[in-house]
Amino acid sequence: MDMTWEIVIGLEVHAQLSTSSKIFCGASTAFGAEPNTQADAVSIALPGVLPVLNKGAVERAIKFGLATGAHIAPRSVFARKNYFYPDLPKGYQISQFDLPVVGNGQLVIHVPAQGKNPAYEKTVRITRAHLEEDAGKSLHGDFHGMTGIDLNRAGTPLLEIVSEPDMRSATEAVAYAKALHTLVRWIGICDGNMQEGSFRCDANVSVRHPGAALGTRREIKNLNSFRFLEQAINYEAQWQIGTLENGGTIHQSTVLFDSDKCETRMMRSKEDAHDYRYFPDPDLLPLEISPQWIEQMRATLPELPQAKQARYVSELGLSAYDASILTASREMADFFEAALSIIPLQAKQLANWMQGEVSARLNREDKGITDAPIKPIQLAVLINRIADGTISNSAAKQIFDHLWAPSTAELIIGDSLEEVTKGIHTLIEMKGLNQVSDAGAIEKIVDEIIAANADKVAEYRSGKDKLFGFFVGLAMKASKGKANPAQLNDILKQKLEG
Amino acid sequence: MLNSSLQQLGSALRARKISSVELTQLFLDRIAALNPALNAYITTNAETSMAQARIADGRISKGEASPLTGIPVAQKDIFCAKGWRTTCGSKMLANFVAPYDAHVIGLFNSAGAVNLGKTNMDEFAMGSSNETSYFGAVKNPWNQKAVPGGSSGGSACAVAARLCAAATGTDTGGSIRQPAALCGISGLKPTYGVVSRYGMIAFASSLDQAGPMARSAEDLALLLNVMAGFDERDSTSLQRDKEDYARDLSKPLNGLRIGLPKEFFAEGLGSDVALAVNAAIAEYKKLGASVVEISLPNSKLSVPVYYVLAPAEASSNLSRFDGVRYGYRAPEYGDLADMYEKSRAQGFGAEVKRRIMIGTYVLSHGYYDAYYLQAQKIRRLIAQDFTDAFKQCDVIMGPTSPSTAFNLGEKGDDPVQMYLSDIYTIAVNLAGLPGMSIPCGFGANQMPVGLQIIGNYFDEARMLNIAHQYQLATDWHSRAPQGL
Repeated sequence: MDMTWEIVIGLEVHAQLSTSSKIFCGASTAFGAEPNTQADAVSIALPGVLPVLNKGAVERAIKFGLATGAHIAPRSVFARKNYFYPDLPKGYQISQFDLPVVGNGQLVIHVPAQGKNPAYEKTVRITRAHLEEDAGKSLHGDFHGMTGIDLNRAGTPLLEIVSEPDMRSATEAVAYAKALHTLVRWIGICDGNMQEGSFRCDANVSVRHPGAALGTRREIKNLNSFRFLEQAINYEAQWQIGTLENGGTIHQSTVLFDSDKCETRMMRSKEDAHDYRYFPDPDLLPLEISPQWIEQMRATLPELPQAKQARYVSELGLSAYDASILTASREMADFFEAALSIIPLQAKQLANWMQGEVSARLNREDKGITDAPIKPIQLAVLINRIADGTISNSAAKQIFDHLWAPSTAELIIGDSLEEVTKGIHTLIEMKGLNQVSDAGAIEKIVDEIIAANADKVAEYRSGKDKLFGFFVGLAMKASKGKANPAQLNDILKQKLEG
Repeated sequence: MLNSSLQQLGSALRARKISSVELTQLFLDRIAALNPALNAYITTNAETSMAQARIADGRISKGEASPLTGIPVAQKDIFCAKGWRTTCGSKMLANFVAPYDAHVIGLFNSAGAVNLGKTNMDEFAMGSSNETSYFGAVKNPWNQKAVPGGSSGGSACAVAARLCAAATGTDTGGSIRQPAALCGISGLKPTYGVVSRYGMIAFASSLDQAGPMARSAEDLALLLNVMAGFDERDSTSLQRDKEDYARDLSKPLNGLRIGLPKEFFAEGLGSDVALAVNAAIAEYKKLGASVVEISLPNSKLSVPVYYVLAPAEASSNLSRFDGVRYGYRAPEYGDLADMYEKSRAQGFGAEVKRRIMIGTYVLSHGYYDAYYLQAQKIRRLIAQDFTDAFKQCDVIMGPTSPSTAFNLGEKGDDPVQMYLSDIYTIAVNLAGLPGMSIPCGFGANQMPVGLQIIGNYFDEARMLNIAHQYQLATDWHSRAPQGL
């Protein structure tokens, strides 16, 4: 028997749906308001109030189902999950239990290379996704020995997305969580803000020897960053392996991750688990979704990341890696495609710039692509100037830096292709970055260099080929970097070999 | 004036023979005199009522009156009414002032009716005698040693004792019809979904339905015209065209086929009640109706099914009363669990706790299938029985309650005996059908007997017609308790 350990992970992700009002009432879902200012009669669960389902939440669930190739239930049922807690105003949470709105989907994930292990793709099955309401918050600040309750969040719509236990490492779990995070933002159903709790993960972790039956799982609750997700799973898996190797047993339980100490801690055992007494909510009719409604939603879906990646590879000739980077977010892909529409033949170069200069600057300044000071049209025109030989790559980087953080305040580059072209042309002129493609000028420089370095020329001619780079360097320096490299190479070679 | 129909009162108001202020004062004075003995009202608020009456008089003088403008109506204390203490008959809400209007209250306000006060009821509508009210039992105005029925006992008493022109009730298993029968008045539980439940404190959501309580079918029709209608705030509210429930009142009953379920006339029915009900059926034959015996074979299961489903829903509906945000909180407690336990132990009465425990039990892991799911299946069979029966008849008739009003304290120790007093009414809620009770005579102890009329879905106008024709031919509905 194989005595190595295999880690088995399933994730439950709570994605807050981006509706402006709550799932069962009209109160606002905006984040950060003064406590209880977004708690209406329904949020507070006053006697006599009733829930009315927000159509927008259902639409988002349908979109998610479509985006994961899932089954969208023609009829699903809201159920009450009964338990007492001060931030749960009704004493029950309206959720879905045995008949969820979305079932049996899947998500293809890209697991990055890890050391010697190359990157690979994997399909993770999605068991179900169901609609439910969020609870409020308990505030443990200064309330004179009491707990404060803020019900602003109570009733915020959530889509709980449950995966099969298909992941075999923390890396895979993070890749899945990231792919899901990308997807929900991509299709516009969740803002993905993890700090504000819009995207939260629970990880079910167990270990086993490969081929053996699934081990007993422990559930790590409320992981609100990818880093914590990875750390928590790794800690938990090692803890379980250590426990088992020391002759212990794992008991099914719920644990919390302490990010300061980087360890998981017992919250409650299975024996303490609630009996939630689920039953269909008699205040809500079964949710019926017609094929027409599904088709309407399908028509609103953007091209999905996977489809885009495939298209970038097959139509634009990009590598799978390039394609996955460019589809890391919808905004990134939008930027890429906006620029590509101007320079359709330079996809590869554009992709290189996006991954190179653009990504580097964004990372350095901790910005997202939507905050990039350079516009897609500007990047496209710039790249085009390289392609047509007007400027060199290195000169283009100087222009890029200028466009990113303009030093000449008076130079305003407009939005139209004409204005941008003119603006960049002016910049090139101002900075004197025009590439020298004039054969006569280059020949003159080369002649001077050959004359001034007779000894090196002799060495070269006697077979020291490596000196070619030395002459290129001198010529470039003499041309202040403006010599057209291809032309320079040709002329140098010709003259040196005399 | 006290014995006038709503139609007559409306005419008098619009003809300026009496003002709403005078009429409201008349009832308030009568409440002040009689309520200490009868205990029909939990809360009155003369100032608010009179202010509404003055506004109503203004509307009338401008010629903007609708049929109920200026008419004082008593509201069961299960409806939230903005600014009014709304207790649901419980210590849990003894100091709860509602910050919003139930849909029904809003409709009465828009119609210009005067809210005369909030009527007593069994705690959270759980009871058949009004004895579970935290505010004390209501007395039957026909005999103050007897119960008025429940849970809408305060409303039934107030209508019978002329402490209001009309009232509202709610009916989860018979809570409008049984007290109407026991107090000798008319009451209608509409088809489930006809009246919005928004703002009506939930007992068992899939069964609860509000309806009018009054002295005649004609009055009920006017009240239902105001109460019925789609409300987007209640997902179980039905989207149907507005209808005039009084439109068919005067139609003759020739050719009417009355179904008599043999199960409703079997063992357990008091002989005096049977006598009065049979006399009423005979009267209907005189009015041109024919009679056919029908069977509702699963109706015998309605009480056990109801006492699984209603407590199950109630156990969850009442979870919000936890002492955290409003309502009763125990004065002293240790930790959070202790606060919950003490607040709920002290805030709820025995019957409510009994039902919460039954409901919690039947929903528990391992019992759910055997109780809750099984009960849901039988519920569908019970509804199917009615569907089959309505292939043979237009309307079903029988007793509302197996006996006339029993004495206070008589069934207090035996919940099952108490539950059986709703044996003829519960199946109607389980099926979601409309049902009504109208007075049809008196029993051996000179207490009123109610005739139950069960219609097919949305047949309220027909049922009101059937009841009205009977009330034109008889005078049981206009009898009033003596000595008040």
